[in-house]
Amino acid sequence: MSDNVKIPGARESLLTPIIANNPIMVQVLGICSSLAVTSSMKTAFVMGLSVTAVTAISNIAVSYVRSLIPSSVRIIAQMTIIASLVILVDQLLRAFAYDLSKQLSVYVGLIITNCIVMGRTEGFALKYPPLQSLMDGLGNGLGYMLVLCIVATIREIFGSGTWFGLTVLPTVNNGGWYVPCGLMVMPPCAFFLVGGLIWLVKTFKKDLQEPREYDTHREDY
Amino acid sequence: MLQHYLSLLVQSIFIQNMALAFFLGMCTFLAVSKKVTTSAGLGAAVIMVQVLAVPVNNLINTYILKADALMPGLDLSFLSFITYIGVIAALVQVLEMILDKYFPALYSALGIFLPLITVNCVIFAGVSFMVQREYDFAESVVYGFGSGASWAIAIVLLAAIREKLKYSDAPGGLRGLPLTFITAGLMAIGFMSFSGIQL
Repeated sequence: MSDNVKIPGARESLLTPIIANNPIMVQVLGICSSLAVTSSMKTAFVMGLSVTAVTAISNIAVSYVRSLIPSSVRIIAQMTIIASLVILVDQLLRAFAYDLSKQLSVYVGLIITNCIVMGRTEGFALKYPPLQSLMDGLGNGLGYMLVLCIVATIREIFGSGTWFGLTVLPTVNNGGWYVPCGLMVMPPCAFFLVGGLIWLVKTFKKDLQEPREYDTHREDY
Repeated sequence: MLQHYLSLLVQSIFIQNMALAFFLGMCTFLAVSKKVTTSAGLGAAVIMVQVLAVPVNNLINTYILKADALMPGLDLSFLSFITYIGVIAALVQVLEMILDKYFPALYSALGIFLPLITVNCVIFAGVSFMVQREYDFAESVVYGFGSGASWAIAIVLLAAIREKLKYSDAPGGLRGLPLTFITAGLMAIGFMSFSGIQL
């Protein structure tokens, strides 16, 4: 934390987290919920929206009070801000989308412990002014939502032949031709899809690849 | 009666495994599972905090937050999230002090992991599941232990696999994190075979 850090532009802080510094694929934050809510597009979309809202607003709030918080109690202070926002989101969901909030069950509450929110307030909002923090929060939320939607799209289309509840591939059960892939709706599939996505990103962005821990190509074999 | 608790224990450890069936605590699960020894330490810490946090929050929920619990006509359940996270943070802090004073060896073995547990979603999710499924006090003790143990087992197993996996010759992009994801997915499929067990 040096004092002469360049303050990033608002546009830059909005756009980098979406792809280049994606919270899930590059920073490896917020994995739990991204795996659990992606079996259908609707839950993934709502979850993405909620996380984006919470990240953006908590980033502004933390950024405004950043010079007032003593660093020894900053975690608790951030937690309080985040928890209040999550309560708000939870109450809104219960009021306007009760079925969805039942489906998301504990995962709405888990936004509190979602590492993206905490990671961004801790890593960004404590250091930079409100506007950049808002943009950074939005960017990270959208980056999270993007991955969620990609995974959910694949899982819902191949797993149940629908997208957002609309029929894309008519399934055999409904008189169509498509036999749904049962693996897609099951939890482990999310691991494979997210793992595959990260593999894809790392194949094209060579600088993100991890170094070998052990050399398997020795000349003296 | 005993049978009921036993079945709850087995169910929470194997069938509803926190890491592999509900994907909770994934960040630490993937990040700290490079060595068996460190992941065993972290697993022990999670069990400890979970055994304390779930029953304590159960009491708070029953006697303070529930509708009509504190006084008739008062429903504080909208404060639940903020209370739970506060209680968890306080518990972790207290546990840290106690360990530092009376069990310094264990304290230094757990190191940085103990404070990090506050933001580990396993604990918070354990509490939320307990509230959602309306466990009573005794059940919540059993569930707290079972869910903590389920996560500890999963992370130790994954670490054991990763210790062997580092000798493999994986393509550049797959090395490290993506390979861990796929391994965890295969483990999750393995754990799904428990789901047929009727208790």
